[in-house]
Amino acid sequence: MGRQRTPEGPPPAPAVQKLRIRYAKRGRLRFSSTRDFSRALERALRRAGVPMAYSAGFHPHPKISYANGAQTGAASEAEYFEISTTVRVDPDKVRAALDAALPDGLDIVEVVEAQPGALADRLQASTWRVEFRTEEPGVVAAAVEALMSAERAEVTRTFKSGPKTFDVRAAVLSADVSGATDPVYAIMHMVVRHTTPAVRPDDVLTALRAVAHFEPLTPPLVTRLSQGPWDDARARVADPLAADEAVAGT
Amino acid sequence: MPHQPGASYFADLEPLLEQVSKPIQYVGGELNSTVKDWHVGGHAANGDDLTVRWALMYPDAYEVGLPNQGTQILYEVINECDNALAERTYSVWPDMEALLREHDLPQVTVDAHRAVGDFDVFGLSFSTELGYTNMLTALDLAGIPLHAADRDESHPLVVAGGHAAFNPETIADFIDMAIIGDGEQAVLGVTDLIAAWKAEGRPGGRTEILARLAATGGVYVPAFFDVDYLPDGRIQRVSPNRGGVPWRTSKHTVTDLDEWPYPKTPLVPLAETVHERMSVEIFRGCTRGCRFCQAGMITRPVRERSITGIGEMVEAGLAASGFEEVGLLSLSSADHSEIAEMTKGLADRYEGTNTGLSLPSTRVDAFNIDLANELTRNGRRSGLTFAPEGGSERIRKVINKMVTEEDLINTVAAAYGAGWRQVKLYFMCGLPTETDEDVLQIADLAKRVIETGRQVSGRRDIRCTVSIGGFVPKPHTPFQWAAQLGAEETDARLAKLRDAIRSDKRYGSSIGFRYHDGEPGVVEGLLSRGDRRVGRVIEEVWRDGGRFDGWSEHFSYERWMAAAERGLAGTGVDVAWYTTREREQSEVLPWDHIDSGLDKDWLWEDWQEALAGGEVEDCRWTPCFDCGVCPQMGTSIEIGPTGKTLLPLSVVGGGPRPGLEA
Repeated sequence: MGRQRTPEGPPPAPAVQKLRIRYAKRGRLRFSSTRDFSRALERALRRAGVPMAYSAGFHPHPKISYANGAQTGAASEAEYFEISTTVRVDPDKVRAALDAALPDGLDIVEVVEAQPGALADRLQASTWRVEFRTEEPGVVAAAVEALMSAERAEVTRTFKSGPKTFDVRAAVLSADVSGATDPVYAIMHMVVRHTTPAVRPDDVLTALRAVAHFEPLTPPLVTRLSQGPWDDARARVADPLAADEAVAGT
Repeated sequence: MPHQPGASYFADLEPLLEQVSKPIQYVGGELNSTVKDWHVGGHAANGDDLTVRWALMYPDAYEVGLPNQGTQILYEVINECDNALAERTYSVWPDMEALLREHDLPQVTVDAHRAVGDFDVFGLSFSTELGYTNMLTALDLAGIPLHAADRDESHPLVVAGGHAAFNPETIADFIDMAIIGDGEQAVLGVTDLIAAWKAEGRPGGRTEILARLAATGGVYVPAFFDVDYLPDGRIQRVSPNRGGVPWRTSKHTVTDLDEWPYPKTPLVPLAETVHERMSVEIFRGCTRGCRFCQAGMITRPVRERSITGIGEMVEAGLAASGFEEVGLLSLSSADHSEIAEMTKGLADRYEGTNTGLSLPSTRVDAFNIDLANELTRNGRRSGLTFAPEGGSERIRKVINKMVTEEDLINTVAAAYGAGWRQVKLYFMCGLPTETDEDVLQIADLAKRVIETGRQVSGRRDIRCTVSIGGFVPKPHTPFQWAAQLGAEETDARLAKLRDAIRSDKRYGSSIGFRYHDGEPGVVEGLLSRGDRRVGRVIEEVWRDGGRFDGWSEHFSYERWMAAAERGLAGTGVDVAWYTTREREQSEVLPWDHIDSGLDKDWLWEDWQEALAGGEVEDCRWTPCFDCGVCPQMGTSIEIGPTGKTLLPLSVVGGGPRPGLEA
């Protein structure tokens, strides 16, 4: 009596393997938030029978770490997280089992065994597709050109800590527009470097409104196509799991 | 392009989802949700549509409504029918309501985003009366006339169920029918009747199908009854206004819970909800006989699910959902005849899987530390909650909550001794015959709890939280005749209790105090024991913008009182008449023609017994005391023990599933 409580029973089994996982957020599930996803994932891992490693203590949590999730409302083909397991598992089998256990629209694309090096360090830039379903490509292109030829484009967004003003222009590494006029349809592809605070596609839209008075009639459909290391020489976003795959393949 | 019945509105909704809070609540696609072909029941040779379609609503926000067991059970039961389908809809938040109106879009289901107005039946489950204004929002958005009298063949049949439907009179204007009692078997009966009527080419239209349903004696159709009033405002009589309609409508009772193992595949939401767990109802009904408790009175008799049936439901439900907590639900879960074997068996089965067990409702006198330890073996140890309900021994006799102060002190001493640090105690204020003194004794009790806890634990950092709200008399209980305590009097009594708790510096900081204002209780009281005249008040409130009355940030007492002034003008009765007035034995109560099985004379005797401070035992362990339910409903107590045990399983989550290994 009166002693400090400690959790009963043996300590949790140690983690023996770390997996890096890429997933897509598609269709109507683009409206799921990062918190919504983490709840769904924890349950899916249990349904799939993945032998998760847990933290110690009174409130054990499965060991999962999330990296740089897309905002609520944005679709994505390239979201990442890592999990740790207490038993070695086959990444391909986990991919299939976990995908089956998640709702349609949250789709597991790739699972690899993690090699040394932090995943977060490799997520340096993203490519985004922004689809305007009610705008002329020429109008969008003109607005984008105005933004790209500006020195700076400051926007203000409200964070938990209060409003912050930051430059959008420097983070946008490239942007181009294609589309059609009948029916009216414009697609902007852009590469955005990950900065602090992160420049999100809606910040770019805010900047387009400020710089070029561009205001789409309906909100565009935003999709992250990829994220990864920024390859300066080839001016492209590389695959963040390539280093892990290379080792697995040897 | 004209709207095709059953067509999805998702494309129209999608741009709006960018602009609302928590859009995930509107998109559906939850794990274990179902979308069926709109014409799953096919067509007759002459082209008549044979599918029976239910839109089910829990009239509160998605985060509250999704976990509701009743709705999930009906959703699954109906969707298992080859010729029927069910989809769900919940109350939209005001931001979404404004956008739907701006864009001229209807209330839709979350499953396939079909218009609620396209369904055959629009079923609403009312756990509480505070969802009534939300029903009106949904009807209006759905394009369904608010008043049943204004609906035609093109509109769904609007049906109310749930505990609040045991007095459907306040919403009689707005519903076409009410189903009283257990819903799982009843919805199938209604589905069959509607299917047969549709197969016949819908003869006689809306009136005919309602008449066929009413003739069963298990479906209440308010339009088939007239209410006459006495000059003083009391009801003179309630009588059917057409042939073939029974004078009283009976509640439905499912006798063997093991035959209804629903929900089999619990819905797993993406959005955060109020209960993040899977639930298994381990028994239905309660005969402890607490006189304030409507749920206990209207769900009699006790029907237990067997320990093996529970084990199967937990196994299947966890495998289908991946939840990490299992709630063993009932009105008083520790009263299950095999609760010890059940909790031990489940804790053994799920050892090492981080799967928690919880008993959301536990009586002080049925609780013990072994039970508590089994509940926390694999999961998290949260606080313990008990509900003595009344502060003094005297008032606990009045309410027949037969828990002595010694029971409570012994139980909390054991809990603090076993390492718990936090105990929550629930009470009510405004019980019949209550005085300030009865409520002030809560402070003494809480101090004794802390003193005992400090002694047995040897620590100072233990806590006790007192949570208290105003008592609302409910239909079909011995207190249905009682005067409710007014809002001001309730608040004054709670203030005295707060001061009494805080005044003693030795304990004050160890005792938390949470209370609910008296005002919402008055509105709940009006809606609980109201009659058809209250319908105008509900409509006035809704027209004035009233929504989400169960949420303190949306609830407006002033709006309700002003609406009551307008809505009840000319009737000679007012809010006080419905709430703080004590009724006499001879008064016709608005719900007398709804048969809960309880004998009105027995309820009156028990009310008199309460006033005399007399107690009634539990008929599970002592002889029958003639409440009337079993003979009236042709039912009997269905309890164990079965003597069976739960054998170990190889469960999911306990290790890698075969086939995942490297």
